[in-house]
Amino acid sequence: MDSQKNKVPFAGTKEQEAALLKVINEHKNDKGALMPILQQAQEIYGYLPIEVQTIISNELNVPLEKIYGIVTFYAQFSLNPKGKYKISVCLGTACYVKGAGDLFNKLQELLGISDGECTPDGKFSIESCRCIGACGLAPVLTVNEDVYGKITVDDLEGILAKYQ
Amino acid sequence: MYRSHVLVCGGTGCTSSGSPRIIEVLNAEIEKNGLSDEISVVQTGCHGLCALGPIMIVYPGATFYSMVKEEDIPEIVSEHLLKGRVVTRLVYDETISEEGIRSLNETDFYKKQHRIALRNCGVINPESIDEYIATNGYEALGKVLTEYTPDQVIQVILDSGLRGRGGGGFPTGLKWKFAKGYEGDQKYICCNADEGDPGAFMDRSVLEGDPHVVLEAMAIAGYAVGANQGYIYVRAEYPIAVQRLNIAIEQAREYGLLGKNIFNSGFDFDIDLRLGAGAFVCGEETALMTSIEGNRGEPRPRPPFPAEKGLFEKPTLLNNVETYANIPPIILNGPAWFASMGTEKSKGTKVFALGGKINNTGLVEIPMGTTLREVVEEIGGGIPNGKKFKAAQTGGPSGGCIPADHLDVPIDYDNLINIGSMMGSGGLIVMDEDNCMVDIAKFFLEFTVEESCGKCTPCRIGTKRLYEMLERITEGNATMDDIDKMEELCYYIKENALCGLGQTAPNPVLSTLRYFRDEYVAHVVDKKCPAGVCKALLSYHIDPDKCKGCTLCARICPSSAISGKVKETHVIDQSKCLKCGACVEKCRFGAISKK
Repeated sequence: MDSQKNKVPFAGTKEQEAALLKVINEHKNDKGALMPILQQAQEIYGYLPIEVQTIISNELNVPLEKIYGIVTFYAQFSLNPKGKYKISVCLGTACYVKGAGDLFNKLQELLGISDGECTPDGKFSIESCRCIGACGLAPVLTVNEDVYGKITVDDLEGILAKYQ
Repeated sequence: MYRSHVLVCGGTGCTSSGSPRIIEVLNAEIEKNGLSDEISVVQTGCHGLCALGPIMIVYPGATFYSMVKEEDIPEIVSEHLLKGRVVTRLVYDETISEEGIRSLNETDFYKKQHRIALRNCGVINPESIDEYIATNGYEALGKVLTEYTPDQVIQVILDSGLRGRGGGGFPTGLKWKFAKGYEGDQKYICCNADEGDPGAFMDRSVLEGDPHVVLEAMAIAGYAVGANQGYIYVRAEYPIAVQRLNIAIEQAREYGLLGKNIFNSGFDFDIDLRLGAGAFVCGEETALMTSIEGNRGEPRPRPPFPAEKGLFEKPTLLNNVETYANIPPIILNGPAWFASMGTEKSKGTKVFALGGKINNTGLVEIPMGTTLREVVEEIGGGIPNGKKFKAAQTGGPSGGCIPADHLDVPIDYDNLINIGSMMGSGGLIVMDEDNCMVDIAKFFLEFTVEESCGKCTPCRIGTKRLYEMLERITEGNATMDDIDKMEELCYYIKENALCGLGQTAPNPVLSTLRYFRDEYVAHVVDKKCPAGVCKALLSYHIDPDKCKGCTLCARICPSSAISGKVKETHVIDQSKCLKCGACVEKCRFGAISKK
């Protein structure tokens, strides 16, 4: 699993690096600048590979291990690229008691990948998430910005088909 | 002047159900009918009845349309807005009575509610500071800055009896007093909007529906304790809340309600946003501050308390969103008004997020002292599908499960702790007979194991061991001895963990052990899961009287565990069965059941 993930080569562009340096310069002198910089860096690159962390480390003069420590601490930060369509299944309490666990299992079965992984064609990635606050619609999953509520296991194939 | 206002909910629930598209289509349809000068469409915050989204309310008359679809819009415009005839088929059933359409406030869902923290949610456009000001917004800040000394402000909050709404229930006025008491060249006001408790979304609704109230209350707090900078730490998972807070901060700065010399009083105050990055532990106050400082969000030992050494080592006051939402009304209406609601030790109201196996899922704000039964049976409308109530879970991963015997307990901080749960941030998840309590305890422990920051051993290793014990029980591999050991470990973790996360992590286990011990025993001794949830303890059976021998189940069984001839009773080979349940779903005669 890990070996497969590590094969995704870093493909950052010059434009992305320029955008990152701009963000770093804007926040450099703020108190507690690291978190906003990491969040915007992830927006620019889609994830935070070691190459991006190294740039931030050099520019801010903060040890790389501290940055790595933060990136791996927070669930929002990812060391691996996400699929074109990022599927998040809410496993918050309200969704869980309404059967979100079954949805999540079925989805893993349908896509042949497990939590946090991406399909080999780079199309879908799945992850479990904790409460997006749409408990009134439980169980809920999101595909990028689209929210699907009150779904059953039988709805999954139809939802995936929309993105094929 | 508009002759009619159409309010469309833009909270997360309704947005997910498609309300932005509804607004788009509605505006287009209104324009098509030449009504643009007569009718105004307003996007509001959450109304609370998320299960009925998208929600639309037409004024005058407050006609409440629920589950509105794009196709319904032309009819609503041509019938209601043009001809003045209510489209009855789309009106929420509960508001239809023999005398005609009744107000939403008379329905079971709203009747017993009393909205203070949520007073503006669903009423005003959260992206307009003018609408907030029109509902007495920023009046409390003006009053405080021009008429009160900081000590008087703190006295008002003390007298009101307000306690922290984030879960701990610490008296808010005392917190303010402590923060004022410490000297410092710089002090900070923080707002905890890192609502990580799964199943709770009241803070999000306040931020989305009434963002200015948080800014106003933080400025009041800043004046009271002597701080001029505030930070709101908000979950990145709440994009709408973040966007509206940003708009609100801009507007407040533009109007001079944030920034230098507010109301010409010489008081300066400004607010910045900090986004969380998905760590439950950051809801703990010291971890939240460590995170704002740009570190791993690990808690710090207390003392020193944040009032002495908080954010960037400076005296800091931190309150939760809902707590702040109560501050301006307390200032405007006086502490006695607030203290007249609730129970002896818990004043005012509390917002609960009703979820799980209940008909009316959504947000409700009730006076303290309302019983759980009123919330579940009257406001919540009971359990769907005629199932039986089993437990209500409050307090999220730090709380516990309350069984049917305690449904008549009046809800307040102390009563909930006495029955082994806690108020928490206000998630209230209802469970029915199909939910296994051991599985629920395991679910919460899995959560705490994942979210434990790893700094202290009792939490990092203790919760993991606790989870493994629960796993053994749900797999039928545990002995009664394990249950005793598990209880012992629970108390050990409670006493020794560094922060609130670890100290409360065993609560779901302890409360289910207290009230549902028989379910644990059934798992351990009889190797059965009474609710039919724990897979390892289930077996599937075909009822010979119902089986028609259609062979469908045998064909779809992934492990070829089912055999039988056409038109003869089929049987399941238990040694091959994977317990996937595919056969139950497919059987057209209801002949297969799990035991």
